[in-house]
Amino acid sequence: MSAELEELYQSIILDHNRRPQNFRVMEDASGHADGLNPLCGDQVTVWIKLDGDRVADVSFQGQGCAISKASASLMTQAVKGKTLTETQVIFDRFHAMVTGQGAEGITGGMKALSGVSKFPLRVKCASLGWHAMKAALDNAAP
Amino acid sequence: MNPLAILRKDCERPIVDIDDFSLLDERDHLHYLDSAATTQKPRAVLQAMQSYYEQHNANPHRGAYELSAQSTEAYERSRQRIARFLGVADVDTLIFTRGTTESLNVLATAWRHANVKAGDRIVVTRMEHHANFIPWQQLALAVGAEFVIAELAPGGVLDLDHLAQCCTPNTKVVAFGQVSNALGTINPVSDIVRIARTTGALVVCDGAQGVPHFDAAVDALGVDAYVFSGHKMLGPMGIGGLVVRREILEAMPPYQFGGDMIALVGDDRSTWNVLPHKFEAGTPNVAGAVGLAAAAQYLDVIGMPRVRAHEAALLAYASARLTEVSGVTVLGPPPEQRSGVVSFVLDEVHPHDIAQVLDSAGVCVRSGHHCAQPLMRALKVTATTRASFYVYNDADDVDALIVALLTTRDRMGLA
Repeated sequence: MSAELEELYQSIILDHNRRPQNFRVMEDASGHADGLNPLCGDQVTVWIKLDGDRVADVSFQGQGCAISKASASLMTQAVKGKTLTETQVIFDRFHAMVTGQGAEGITGGMKALSGVSKFPLRVKCASLGWHAMKAALDNAAP
Repeated sequence: MNPLAILRKDCERPIVDIDDFSLLDERDHLHYLDSAATTQKPRAVLQAMQSYYEQHNANPHRGAYELSAQSTEAYERSRQRIARFLGVADVDTLIFTRGTTESLNVLATAWRHANVKAGDRIVVTRMEHHANFIPWQQLALAVGAEFVIAELAPGGVLDLDHLAQCCTPNTKVVAFGQVSNALGTINPVSDIVRIARTTGALVVCDGAQGVPHFDAAVDALGVDAYVFSGHKMLGPMGIGGLVVRREILEAMPPYQFGGDMIALVGDDRSTWNVLPHKFEAGTPNVAGAVGLAAAAQYLDVIGMPRVRAHEAALLAYASARLTEVSGVTVLGPPPEQRSGVVSFVLDEVHPHDIAQVLDSAGVCVRSGHHCAQPLMRALKVTATTRASFYVYNDADDVDALIVALLTTRDRMGLA
């Protein structure tokens, strides 16, 4: 098996796929949004709860491949407790990393997603939950 | 010899000369198992297209000069060759289109104006490809007709009793696939036609997954319309066809307007050309038709019964070997009732991840909903992995698939 494939399916990714974090419906969310990959039918819903300009809570549910599920799970860990400005910075860094523009400023478990950049077809999978998170923020009632 | 070795021996070699397929010949480690999506093209097809452009290219049906006449002849001779391959006697009822999807859209659009109104009913089946589902769904929505789906019986086959219940006297269209693209299920066309004929409906058969795999014998099917794609039967992309009974085609209004499809164009009205030209507006895809005729010739030389037998042998061997991979569930009816398709799920592993690991072993399979979301819902899966076999595949391809699936289990952390 290729080294690139080993890098794509790191054990952190497989763990998050099997036991996704914050994988639940949120009843008292400030906003939510759906993400859909029409190519494969993968689907995710992200809920956000705001406290002022801070992401007090974030959760998701849905069906998808290991990459999309793990990436959404890592996303919830990365933005929980962050301000809206910090969330935007994290999003931009994630996006730069998976599209091969470097992993500058990437910390923690999110590093495990760096392998995605070698597989352009999987960028969509990895981004699904992230774009839904952004849309949920846009929809959120203050 | 043990039973598995016997099965392997039956599909040990491809039934074509691999040299004919440059792409496969030049990539030793490629295992192309996605022919239900599109087939590879033999050199004979590519050469026929190239020599058309090098020796006969001109706009057909128009010029008074010799070269244009040659182009017209190449185009119409291709139509005759393909009609013969399909088992269609009335050659001018074969309309060239871009493929199955366009054929079905032509049909749904042209048929709609005259024949389907509010309160009528349109019947399709649960296992249709989106191309034979959405055009009818949208037609029904547009005119206020009822859109009804004939469901599956257990085992991934069509429930004929339910189909019969769906076919009420006000049914105006019954559309079904000859073979399911997602599962490979071969449908009992004669039973479906018998049921559909209890109504006055237009009976439409999507042959996209039929024509490549066995003798289509279109005239003998007794349907009103039959559609297919060239690129799934060794032909080029961008050419396919629509075969419709002559009296229906003559009564149907044109789908597109423009050059070649007219008889007389007045200032305030126009009249239409004869068949098949009435439904072929604009400069046609002559090279595509020439390439498709060469594909028909190539398949005829092999013989469609041999194609069917080879696929059946590959499927039997693959089915036996898949039992070695724990956690695999094959969807659909038993192999004998399928074309060369095996659609499966593997425990909790998502088909995209399977296809990714398989790709690293050079095994090309399709993962996803196979443009059959209504079917996926009924099967209660979001996606499957599909391996599909054709004339150039052999036991080595099956072996590579099995090894790669075992690697997938390992890689994805399954015990």
